[in-house]
Amino acid sequence: MKLSTQLLAATAICAASSAGAVDLEVMHWWTSGGEAAAVTKLAEAWDATGNKWVDGAIAGGGDTARPIMVSRIIGGDPPAAFQFNHGRQAEELIDAGLLLDITDVAEAQGWKDIVNPPSLLDSCTVDGKIYCAPINIHSWNWMWLSGPAYEKAGLEMPTDWNGFVESAEALRAAGVTPLAMGGQAWQQAGAFNNVMTIAIAGKDAWLSVMQDKNAETVMGPEYTAAFEAYAAARELATGINVQDWNQATNALITGEGGAQIMGDWAQGEFAVAGLTAGKDYGCLPGLGLGAYLQTGGDAFYFPVNDDPEITAAQKELAALLLSPEVQVSFNSVKGSLPVRGDVDLTTVNECTQKGLDLLANGQTLPASEQLISPDTITQLNDLMTEFWNTPSMTAPEVQQQYADIIASAE
Amino acid sequence: MTTTDIRPDTGPEKAVRRPSRLLRNLSSKVAMVPLIFTALVIFLGGTIWTVVYSFTKSGLLPRLSWAGLDQYERLWSSRKWIVSIENLAIYGVFSLIGTLVIGFILAALLDRKIRGEAVFRSIFLYPFALSFIVTGLVWQWILNPELGLQSVVRDLGWQSFTFDPLNNPNIVMFGLLIAGLWQGTGLIMCIMLAGLRGIDEDIWKAARVDGIGTVKTYIRIVIPMMRPVFVTSLVLIAAGIVKLYDLVVAQTSGGPGISSEVPAKYVMTAMFGGQNLGQGFAASSMMLLMVVIILIPWAYLEFGGKKHG
Repeated sequence: MKLSTQLLAATAICAASSAGAVDLEVMHWWTSGGEAAAVTKLAEAWDATGNKWVDGAIAGGGDTARPIMVSRIIGGDPPAAFQFNHGRQAEELIDAGLLLDITDVAEAQGWKDIVNPPSLLDSCTVDGKIYCAPINIHSWNWMWLSGPAYEKAGLEMPTDWNGFVESAEALRAAGVTPLAMGGQAWQQAGAFNNVMTIAIAGKDAWLSVMQDKNAETVMGPEYTAAFEAYAAARELATGINVQDWNQATNALITGEGGAQIMGDWAQGEFAVAGLTAGKDYGCLPGLGLGAYLQTGGDAFYFPVNDDPEITAAQKELAALLLSPEVQVSFNSVKGSLPVRGDVDLTTVNECTQKGLDLLANGQTLPASEQLISPDTITQLNDLMTEFWNTPSMTAPEVQQQYADIIASAE
Repeated sequence: MTTTDIRPDTGPEKAVRRPSRLLRNLSSKVAMVPLIFTALVIFLGGTIWTVVYSFTKSGLLPRLSWAGLDQYERLWSSRKWIVSIENLAIYGVFSLIGTLVIGFILAALLDRKIRGEAVFRSIFLYPFALSFIVTGLVWQWILNPELGLQSVVRDLGWQSFTFDPLNNPNIVMFGLLIAGLWQGTGLIMCIMLAGLRGIDEDIWKAARVDGIGTVKTYIRIVIPMMRPVFVTSLVLIAAGIVKLYDLVVAQTSGGPGISSEVPAKYVMTAMFGGQNLGQGFAASSMMLLMVVIILIPWAYLEFGGKKHG
């Protein structure tokens, strides 16, 4: 090939890619080590299409990030795409017509057939139209066990919550704080609302409370047991004062903490630290009692935009997020599960495999965010964090107030 | 004061009709229009809009669906709101007294014509140059038992030393207060120092002639003379107290539990975290009401009645 032809060809390629190249600002709150590594995978995949990923990461978790995103959308300066937990958080934005309808992408890609469990897509659907692209499945329902801590205490890792409670004394004697819990309200409330209730009170009682808003169930014997276990957990957690969940996970990595109740995103931290599942850390889905996974997760929404070029790019991004390659590369780094049942995570570890098995068996429940409004979640967060940090507050007291909130929930 | 009024009536101008009150100083009035517009539309209009919408069921977006007093009932039955108000009261009282006392003492010490005054003045004023977010983070680290003050003292050999306010619900507000005072006193010190410098040297000489001691001169003579300076400081400190938010977010994020929540944070959480604008508006209307109840009688006494001095 002559030089001039090569140059011509090169110019043509540049011209073609620059014509289609669109900068998309994507806002999210994935900032911990494992999360940031996973976002890089998304950015790489998007940049590979010739477009540009403009990263808009907001530190401090969803409670900090969501107001910023919402105010930018309402204020008329929306990002091209933003992360929400799918569920009821975006309801009003959709009602107000601020979000892009991506039903055509979903139909072209056949999302109905590939997204598993289907409830993920249902959460994106309002009046038959699809408004978000689910990217991963996250489940809260895990307890992580620290290999180093149990080694220090000279014990085998327990197989369920009761075994963990029994081992707590030996952990204390070895200078380990049995339960590591971060100081933020959503962690303390989530451990109860999502994990301990489902595991200890059981699936039916939980659905009765969260789905049917039945306050009587809160006062019933199943929930009483859960509240008592939560009060016991409060005792086990004194000794570690950290704020962020990944600092608490880090306590498990160093062996300062024995266990942590936290969603599967904690696994990303273990992976970054180079730990091996089953040996350096253990996992108990559903506290080892009743293994159900909540299939909440993250989804990307796309605000309506005047620029047809950006709209086209938004749809392109939506399609890309659910492509098998992105699903595998993103989720294997983040420690979450892919939203489509037809991809093969060949390199999954023991813990992810447990999650995939539960998913395959249909042992799934919706996430709390899909059932109760953010307003109610805020109220429950306030109540549970108050209880967690007020040693004089008793389990019956918190139970009564919990029932009041559920009774008034919409 | 207008200059036209005091101009002596000279021959030819006597015949000219006095301009109407509305047109007097027209250019300065025109210049004021943007400010008046801003005050009316943005401040007053925004306030009325907020109060109106506090009686609605607005969620993530404002909607005019009336809810009566529901939002207020829920507000006052919420533990978190009550705790927020209590915390603001604690912080307010201690911060007001602390800032005034420390600020004045520092200013008085600097006023004694010590060597290197400019250096000390800069050091004391320096924290004010930092944002509350930075201040909050810095003090979060200093008060962190594993990294900060407690571990330093323990490393020095005092093993039983315990100072961990940020993780103790009973004294967490004082952890915030330390950071608030650290940041705020410098400015007040500078204002006080300016006030002290404004006191005539002759007053000091007269006091010395009469054999009045230094401390007594400050308390009995100088402080009463500095009334306008204290009023300015008070307004500055009070404004800082009511809007207390970013320090809490950076230092404790309201924790442990809800023990360091403040009203401004309640508003933000309700509006954006809980996606319940109505509740947030109700809370901010209550904040406005509290400010008004305290401010109006005081402002009336201070500025409305007869001029002091």
